Amino acid sequence: MVLIELAGAEKHYQMGETLVRAIDGISLKINRGDFAAIMGPSGSGKSTALNLVGSLDLPTKGAVYLDSRNISQLDESQLAQIRGQKIGFIFQSFNLIANLTAKENVMLPLLFQGASSEERQQKAQELLQLVNLTDRMGHYPNQLSGGQQQRVAIARALANDPEIILADEPTGNLDTQAGEQVMAFLQELNRRGKTIILVTHDRNLARNHAKIIYSMKDGKIEKITKKINHKWEAVS
Amino acid sequence: MILEYFNIAVKNLRKRKLRLLLTLIGVIISVAAIFILISVSLGLQAAVTEQFRLLGADKFFVQPRGQFSGPGAEGAVELTEDDAEIIRNVPGVKDLAPWTLAPAKLSFQGRIRYTLVMGIDLETSPLFIESGAYQAEEGRLLLEGDQGKVMIGSQYKHNLYLGQEVKVGNRLSINGREFPVTGILKPLGNPSDDRMIHMSFEDFRPLFKVPSRIDSIVVQIKSGEDLQEVAKKVEKKLMKFRHVDEQTIDFTVLTPEELLGSFAAILKVITSFLLAVAGISLIIGGLGIANTMYTSVLERAKEIGLMKAVGAQRNDVLLIFVIESGLLGLLGGVIGVIVGILASKLIEYIAVKQLGTTLLQTAIPAWLIISCGLFSFLIGAISGFWPAYRALKVKPVEALRQE
Repeated sequence: MVLIELAGAEKHYQMGETLVRAIDGISLKINRGDFAAIMGPSGSGKSTALNLVGSLDLPTKGAVYLDSRNISQLDESQLAQIRGQKIGFIFQSFNLIANLTAKENVMLPLLFQGASSEERQQKAQELLQLVNLTDRMGHYPNQLSGGQQQRVAIARALANDPEIILADEPTGNLDTQAGEQVMAFLQELNRRGKTIILVTHDRNLARNHAKIIYSMKDGKIEKITKKINHKWEAVS
Repeated sequence: MILEYFNIAVKNLRKRKLRLLLTLIGVIISVAAIFILISVSLGLQAAVTEQFRLLGADKFFVQPRGQFSGPGAEGAVELTEDDAEIIRNVPGVKDLAPWTLAPAKLSFQGRIRYTLVMGIDLETSPLFIESGAYQAEEGRLLLEGDQGKVMIGSQYKHNLYLGQEVKVGNRLSINGREFPVTGILKPLGNPSDDRMIHMSFEDFRPLFKVPSRIDSIVVQIKSGEDLQEVAKKVEKKLMKFRHVDEQTIDFTVLTPEELLGSFAAILKVITSFLLAVAGISLIIGGLGIANTMYTSVLERAKEIGLMKAVGAQRNDVLLIFVIESGLLGLLGGVIGVIVGILASKLIEYIAVKQLGTTLLQTAIPAWLIISCGLFSFLIGAISGFWPAYRALKVKPVEALRQE
């Protein structure tokens, strides 16, 4: 069942004199429960594609469907609502708020959804337990290692129990071991039914974890490969 | 939820203590200034009202007009004993107490000072004493039959105006003539009053060569009479006697109500002007807050973008920043009020210790403290509104792209 669909989506923007075609007409469908990777070199438009999927950005042309609903026409506040409820973000540079503790960072998305104080406390504790950070709840980001920070970010992404987790180079700033741990968490979440979309330039990372890979180049999808019986096969 | 925003705001503010302090100084100074001004103004008003209350509701004053340099100065217009006689015969007038001032050379055990001496009518001295609410701290007040004696102000005892304490029974030399002190007054609050020396007209007139001049008359009305009515009658009678009309009138009849009214009006003008100046400085303080908040919004673009990415609505972002700047204002206000209270108390202390006046009292009512705090919170919140609005325009994608 299709959860996310980009239909002829384009994202162009003016940068000085030149028109940048960050995304130049892509169509793709991601099913519920998928673990998809969007792969490509830097500048290929993969992050822009992720932003469209994550309703952080709107296409210049074409449409984005989330749960069969066209979100390209929604206003800012409706988009914020969708992000808050349906999508969890994990970024390369963690993007934790420095002034808030690990627990408070995890509580933040709950706050914006109007959850009560007890609810927020309880949920944040559960989630930090899930990512093995029970003993780090009161720590500030600068007191945590990169791997720990990314795990806090995972917990935060899960706060409102979203269907979709978007991970933009989640291991980019981590050493191999911490990276593996983060990927293991994403894998586990996928096993539990979350739809994961991973953006990476790392072919091995994509191959080791995703079920389907969209390879992008120059704002277009160059090829789609799928893992069938432990073998990667091009589907288009 | 709001509580959590306060928590976030406090955490954000705590992170930048130095900038916080610099921003706050402007707010603190202006709130303290406003607080002190209102406090002193209220205190003054209360002190003056109290003075008039002591005077009583059955008395008014008659004075020559055009005494720009105050009673006792040489002027063309004079009231005399004859005028006093006219007033005494106006129906409704119960009694009157005239007084006259003259500068005198004072000497006591080798120390020489210049001060004002007031001549009073001993026959009506109880009325005079009542009108000024005089009380003896030592000895007794000057009464009928006390010719040849003087009653002196508190500064001779407490502030050692003559270099050493003057006691009851001591002899003061005034313009070369010796007078024993019968009594020392309790402090009145006003330094020039507290240095005054009182003596009978019988001694005063020959000593200072003022045969009949009167500088002021306290008029007391009979009980049951209307003060304004009697005052009007006195004015009419005296105008006729002195051959003046409304245009050329050369004396004034002052009722406590008028005095209090004109005093309040002057005080109001001065206070409003000073408050306007302080208000401008508060606006500048607000601009300081706006500037700090604006910088903060620019610095925290990424954080704002992140909050939007995890579902913050426009109102959430707006509220977080407005609360933060409101807290900045409130903090400045609270410190400003504390500084204001301390400064008011210091002013009072200096007034009493250095200037010898108890008139400069400050009033610190609860509503003043609360409204100063509330007002500064508002100023802060309003100042933060524009920067917060700027925060709304932060696009999550662009903010998060900055690595």
